Amino acid sequence: MIPLSWLLLLSALLFTIGVVGVLVRRNALVIFMSIELMLNAANLAFVTFSRFLNTLDGQIFVFFVMTVAAAEVAIGLAIIVNVFRLKETVYVDEINLLKG
Amino acid sequence: MIPLLFVAFAAVLLVSSLLVILHRNPVTSALFLVLAFCALAAIYLLLHAEFIGLVQVVVYAGAIMVLFLFVIMYLNLGHDVEGGVTLLLRRGLGWLLGAALVAEGVLLLRRGLAPGPTAPPDPAAVAGNTQQVGLLLYSRYLFPFEITSVLLLVAMIGVIVIARGRRETPPAAAAPADEAGSPGEDA
Repeated sequence: MIPLSWLLLLSALLFTIGVVGVLVRRNALVIFMSIELMLNAANLAFVTFSRFLNTLDGQIFVFFVMTVAAAEVAIGLAIIVNVFRLKETVYVDEINLLKG
Repeated sequence: MIPLLFVAFAAVLLVSSLLVILHRNPVTSALFLVLAFCALAAIYLLLHAEFIGLVQVVVYAGAIMVLFLFVIMYLNLGHDVEGGVTLLLRRGLGWLLGAALVAEGVLLLRRGLAPGPTAPPDPAAVAGNTQQVGLLLYSRYLFPFEITSVLLLVAMIGVIVIARGRRETPPAAAAPADEAGSPGEDA
């Protein structure tokens, strides 16, 4: 069987990759994909503990997280499309309308 | 056998998610993200979460990534153009902070890096995972499940309102914007 610490380590590494992606990239779409990676790391931790605690509640939570992720992606991509129409770019460091 | 499969899928997951954040072309990034989601679904299957694994493939690798690819191709993005000192500085800071996060986690987990407990026997083996999840979802979690439908409805209305764009543009400015304006209703 798979030890608990391997799964948690994998989840932590996946989350860190998502964090680094958000910090390093400047393309808004890739930043969005990194956020999806972080959500999936949390889902992996949920499923892991649901397996090791012998309940199914964690899997139900993953189901809800997926719903929220779908809604978030749809709205975020709509915002990115709107920003692209306005500024002709998706690079987050060129979107500085709020800067005085 | 199962630990071997786990290590293989974990390696695929980590390498492809690293390529998501390292590759210059957004389309390639999105395709590597699909690969990462499929590897994660395989890990869910190894954990006996069959329902979640299949939903992962259908919803994430299917619906969400198609939306991503659609928007990338709609915006017609090429390779990322990157350069400049501030960018190098920010990139260095990003990797530094990521390394700090890993070090923090290792420090916290150092006590627990022993293999830890292995999983108890599968409770859903008698009836099947999907049936068990369905029973729980429609009994104890019925109210959150219904709230989910409201959430999706609100998201749908919000996306339509956001992506429709402005209608009250003057006619002179509206003429060139019209070509780009109408496909936005699909996004």
